[in-house]
Amino acid sequence: MELVFFLCAAVKAGTCLLYATLGEIISEKVGHLNLGVEGMMQMGAVIGFIAGFTFGNPIAAVLCAALAGAAGALIYALLTVSFKANQTVTGLTLSIFGVGFAAFFGRDFVGKKVPEAITTFFQPVRLPGLGNIPYIGDIFFNQSVYVYFSYLLVIAIYIYLYKTKWGLNTRMIGENPVAADASGISVDKYKYFNILLSGALCGLGGAFLSLVYISVYPVDVVGGRGWIAVCLVIFAMWNPGKAMLGAYFFGALDIASFWLQKYSLPVSIYLFTALPYLATVFVLVFTSMRKNGNKKEPAWLGKNYFKEDR
Amino acid sequence: MIHIVKKEVPKTRDKMIIRVAAILAALLVASIIVIFAGANPLQLYFGILQGCFGSVHRFAATMEKMVPLLVLSLGVMVAFKMQFWNIGAEGQFLMGAVGATLVVRLLPNLPLPIMLLCMMILAFVFGAVWLMIPAFFKARFGTNETLFTLMLNYIALTLVTALQYDFWKDPAASGMPKIANLPDNALLPTVSGFNLSIFFVVIIVLVMYFFMNKSKKGFEIAVLGESENTARYIGLNITKTIMIAALVSGGLCGLVGMFQISGVSGALSVEITGGLGFTAIIVAWLSGLKVPFVVTNAFFFAILLQGASYIQTAFQIPSSVAEMIQAIILFFILGSEFLLRYRFVRDQTESEVA
Repeated sequence: MELVFFLCAAVKAGTCLLYATLGEIISEKVGHLNLGVEGMMQMGAVIGFIAGFTFGNPIAAVLCAALAGAAGALIYALLTVSFKANQTVTGLTLSIFGVGFAAFFGRDFVGKKVPEAITTFFQPVRLPGLGNIPYIGDIFFNQSVYVYFSYLLVIAIYIYLYKTKWGLNTRMIGENPVAADASGISVDKYKYFNILLSGALCGLGGAFLSLVYISVYPVDVVGGRGWIAVCLVIFAMWNPGKAMLGAYFFGALDIASFWLQKYSLPVSIYLFTALPYLATVFVLVFTSMRKNGNKKEPAWLGKNYFKEDR
Repeated sequence: MIHIVKKEVPKTRDKMIIRVAAILAALLVASIIVIFAGANPLQLYFGILQGCFGSVHRFAATMEKMVPLLVLSLGVMVAFKMQFWNIGAEGQFLMGAVGATLVVRLLPNLPLPIMLLCMMILAFVFGAVWLMIPAFFKARFGTNETLFTLMLNYIALTLVTALQYDFWKDPAASGMPKIANLPDNALLPTVSGFNLSIFFVVIIVLVMYFFMNKSKKGFEIAVLGESENTARYIGLNITKTIMIAALVSGGLCGLVGMFQISGVSGALSVEITGGLGFTAIIVAWLSGLKVPFVVTNAFFFAILLQGASYIQTAFQIPSSVAEMIQAIILFFILGSEFLLRYRFVRDQTESEVA
């Protein structure tokens, strides 16, 4: 039974990562390596909490968080898509900005509790039917609506990327913007749309932390999880379904050191926190060693596209 | 219709004007946040300068902030020149500090000069190895180095966390999770607030200037960065060039770890980097990968950093405001680069018709 509790907690811990990872997958699919995930999550987390605290309305809080994340992404998109600025540097700067933004606007809210209207709204609900499946029901279907929404998102994003024309165009831009442009796809519009969507998802991931995961607002609510999401994208090989599994795996590792405290292990529990990163390194090396194009990063990842260079 | 076309190489004068305009515009936008924080922007900006140059002590503090930033920026610059995106300066910095600390733990009784020398060597080696791992995979399999080096930052951080909280925890610190302070024979000598690392930094800057601009290896790195095909065509050993660049780049970043623990913090801890490894990437990039501009930009950022810590105490302005101001300035500079590289022209045919 303890294992079921642990896995249930792992799904919860992984959900914020899942949102951000799905976001970053979309951004990378269109060829933009956005290292500003941490910043956008921070912005979503703080704005989500402030909106929730002020309005007391969960839907308004979540929407504001998504907008905040998208606003961060807009800065990134403006600079990298329109102004052709270096993606790595712009993303890092966005992270610095977001961390400062959250620390500044959140400083008056540190120690404040999440309003009751919101905690009740996001309480775990056992789904009828699915929730009664032994083990699986306890782990996956006794969660908050915020978690259920992420299940739907995984399906929606999979369909978007692989089963629609827009998704095909998006992936084409990430692989070869020259060809995409030549075939009449408006590259910049697609880039803006996907980057903004990606930011909104990162904002949602941050707000999951500040509205659902914690009960009292801490000094740094995101605490570097954005960087884990960046690894997860590689770990999941740019696939939304694998992102889900990866997110729960990383979520489990995130809480593992806490759960393992009571057992006296022969190794330092602090080394456990390195596991997600080590796993990612292995995946990264492994994928680069084989030549399967489907499981590699988009060919134009990190490179800007300038029409006149063609 | 208005078209955007690439410019020829911009003039230095144009560059200066656009940069300064960008910074001024950024400060204007940042003023909104400053007013939000309840301060007078002009007073605050003046306060930043005062905090950096107001006294010998404060100037020493500014230099103390510049030393690690400058060396880290030079380090990542070498890799960037090769189009090798080393964003793992944080990790190499930490590993360098681990290497330096290891010397002190293994041979605590060395005389000061030998001790410092050994610490520097091991810091260099640790930092270099930490970058040569991803460099090897990049050269061999084309593994994405941006993501690999990013991961290695966190692996280094967890390693230092484990050292601090477990393996190297100081039993004398009464339960506090900290690593023991370095003994006196492992500290860089200090003259009125300026420590010896400044002397080494001058040497490093000169050596790097010659390495990048006058040496064969520096040239080869630049060629490889321009075009891998050209490099292959002229018979360059690509793997070897990548590994040498990684050695220098990672080694310099590792060396900073030694400067920082031996000259500033006095002990290894998870906090020694303070995100400088990331700031260095921005500094190097904005310098156009040229050594003299790395120096000026590192100085500029050191002013921002020192100013930030000064206004925190003098004006009660949280450091997060300074972080945001820094980011806003960067956003504007990044955006302004566009004006340097591209220009707008009106479509010829259309204007003729009109």
